[in-house]
Amino acid sequence: MIRYDSVTKIFGAGKDAVTALDNISFTIEKGEIVVLLGPSGCGKTTLLRLSNRLESITQGNIYINGQDIMDSDGVKLRQKIGYVIQEIGLFPNKSIAENIAVVPRLLGWNKNNIKQRVDQLLSMTNLDPELYRNRYPAELSGGQQQRIGVARGVAADPEILLMDEPFGAIDPINREQLQDEFLKLQAKIKKTIAFVSHDIHEAIKMADKIALFSKGKLVQYDTPELILTRPKNKFVADFVGADRALKVLGLMRVKDVINASPKNIVRSTDLAQDVLKFMDEKKMGFAIVLKGNRPIGYVTQKILKYEEGKAEDVAEEYPIVVGEQDSLRDVLSNMLMHDLIILCAINRDGDFVGTVSYKNIQDSIRDIYSQYED
Amino acid sequence: MIKMLQKIYRFLLIAIILGAGVAAEKTGFIEYIFDPDQYPLIFRFFLQHLYLVGYSMAMATVIGLVAGIMLTRKQLRRYAGIIMYIISLGQTIPSLAVLALGMSFLGIGTTPALFALTIYSVLPIARNTLAGITAVPPPMIDAAKGMGMSPTRILFEIELPNAMKVILTGFRIALIINIGTATLAFLIGAGGLGDLIFSGISLMRTDQLLAGAIPVTLMALAADFLCEILGVLLISKGLRLAEE
Amino acid sequence: MNGTLDFIVGNYQKVIHLTCEHILVVGLALAIAILIGVPLGILIAKRENLSKQVLVMANVLMTIPSIALFGLMLPILAIWNLGLGKVPAIIALILYSQLPIIRNTYTAIKNVPPEIVDAGKGMGMNRWKLVVEVEVPISIPLILAGLRTAAVMNIGIAAIASYIGAGGLGVLIQQGINRVYPEMILSGAILVSFLAIFVDGGMAMLERILTPRGIKIQRRLVG
Repeated sequence: MIRYDSVTKIFGAGKDAVTALDNISFTIEKGEIVVLLGPSGCGKTTLLRLSNRLESITQGNIYINGQDIMDSDGVKLRQKIGYVIQEIGLFPNKSIAENIAVVPRLLGWNKNNIKQRVDQLLSMTNLDPELYRNRYPAELSGGQQQRIGVARGVAADPEILLMDEPFGAIDPINREQLQDEFLKLQAKIKKTIAFVSHDIHEAIKMADKIALFSKGKLVQYDTPELILTRPKNKFVADFVGADRALKVLGLMRVKDVINASPKNIVRSTDLAQDVLKFMDEKKMGFAIVLKGNRPIGYVTQKILKYEEGKAEDVAEEYPIVVGEQDSLRDVLSNMLMHDLIILCAINRDGDFVGTVSYKNIQDSIRDIYSQYED
Repeated sequence: MIKMLQKIYRFLLIAIILGAGVAAEKTGFIEYIFDPDQYPLIFRFFLQHLYLVGYSMAMATVIGLVAGIMLTRKQLRRYAGIIMYIISLGQTIPSLAVLALGMSFLGIGTTPALFALTIYSVLPIARNTLAGITAVPPPMIDAAKGMGMSPTRILFEIELPNAMKVILTGFRIALIINIGTATLAFLIGAGGLGDLIFSGISLMRTDQLLAGAIPVTLMALAADFLCEILGVLLISKGLRLAEE
Repeated sequence: MNGTLDFIVGNYQKVIHLTCEHILVVGLALAIAILIGVPLGILIAKRENLSKQVLVMANVLMTIPSIALFGLMLPILAIWNLGLGKVPAIIALILYSQLPIIRNTYTAIKNVPPEIVDAGKGMGMNRWKLVVEVEVPISIPLILAGLRTAAVMNIGIAAIASYIGAGGLGVLIQQGINRVYPEMILSGAILVSFLAIFVDGGMAMLERILTPRGIKIQRRLVG
């Protein structure tokens, strides 16, 4: 884990002195990704670079696994910490294998272990070792280069990774893919990661915790949910964005708010007139028609009047059904698009598991935000 | 239209080579070179020339590389600008003047010639070493530093390899100019193939002239070719690919 | 040092004459070299398939040691009795200058951002107008840099040309060595060096003056 203790960094001296970081204290727990977030110039990259002594600390201490980083030799310290930067910085004069092998070589691993590790990492990042081991960076696309950059960072299996906007130079489509792949990788290797970003979406997606900086000060250090639902001040609220309620919905799933046993269900084989009577009695505005376990559509009293056949013959088809794993944000978007306030939810096998309504969504947001109304 | 230009071009080339061959024959140059009386002398001048070039280039390369590298180190970086200016100034001075100045201060013979040649050849090498290393992208150096490479390792594994193309260009320029300037070394008493050329001009003896001019031209062309090969040997494949 | 100054002052007529000779030879050679080299550079920039051959040829020309080039031209030009004097010197200088001029012109034209050429085409400029009004003006800084290299180089080689009877400041060095007259040698060496430095500086200023204002501003902004 990484512990920052009253860390201050001042560049320059006298009149031209710039305080890049002002008394920063917080801890990154083992196995967590903490995103250092903030606008440009807030000090997040500086803090990262202090962590592996690429810049010197003016005041305060940084402890890695209990040890003050100033106690060991700078060069040796960096060999134990992974470092991945935005511009990727692959060495064009070295092959892919040689690039990845840099730190293991510095640490004195034997040749066979290095070769195995290189192949292992290439496979983990979905690049065939046979094809890519002896290629050169110039032959790879931006996304591939970035994958190699990450592989190079974890090559010597360091416990800690420092990443400075590693996916910043990649186009948005590939960036999403890389982020997903990285999260999958992290689930396997569980590194302690400090990840600098200026993008609130990236932070929400990737972080276990977010450390939000402004002008050198640590403004808030919380989980993404808390940052979204309980912004400490106007700066945080504005940085998160006026659409933070929608962002919170992005973190919630259908199954969090689902109504699993709605009453207004009818079978497809039921006769239309029976259904009409049923609906009259229970004063239902509409009913969902299930064929077996699948929702095939809905019926209203208007539709059923004067109809003779079965429910399935007259049911109006649902333009869309949502999965129970879908984010509420997508669900809300669908509701708006199709002008519906109740949608059916299905599980992965396609079976009906319940309904989700606009009211469900409204209620949950109200609960979240009112809880913290002080 | 292009096809016609190309044809004319090719024709001209052959005509020139043929014409040159005939002219050379006419001047008795071929007999001259193979004349058993002249041959050893010519060979001696050739070796002298090689000596002058080889020795001064060896010194110039070492000095130039070291100077160039030192100017990129943190402590000396601030002087890089002004030293580069002085070097550029030095490079404007005509080669004959440098030799003449060398002679004025050091007399005649091989020593002043070597001195002048070394100094003159240091300039392109030092300047290109400095330029080449400075041109290595800072993020790459940052990544290397952040990964835990020591400054020495960074110099030899990252900076020099990535600067190699520019450095080699400087070396090549220095080498070609060196061979040319060494032909003038005769004028200050250092021998070399210039002897044959200048004597040939004053005596109006074309065969002698060519006996000096052609070998030195071939030497220069061979040196140029050598640098190409050096390029393939010294420049990492990855960098050559990056250029395409 | 004093002796040298005395020499120069004492023989100022000869010095001025030789300097003018030197400048004449170099100037004439440069003028003709530009007339040949710049259009050639533009041509090969447009017709990529010719570029390699032309550049290689120019490269070979520059690789040949200057005195050897003079020497090689002697027998050829002797046919017209032009073997010695200013003519072979000027021809050799023209040949030497080709590489820096052609290569810089070629690179400069190639480096004109294609979007700009495209915009010009889209506005209805024909090929000729594009070259003259857009591509060449943008390329001027690099072309001038090539000219500057060629000029300085030529001054140096012209000094050697005194040995084939072309006159110029090299005569001072030549005669100084023959007569073992150190002050004369130094005068020649120093004068020709000054000339080279002066021309270099002058061309640097010319570069600055002739760079289209828009490019200067662009450069300042980019850094």
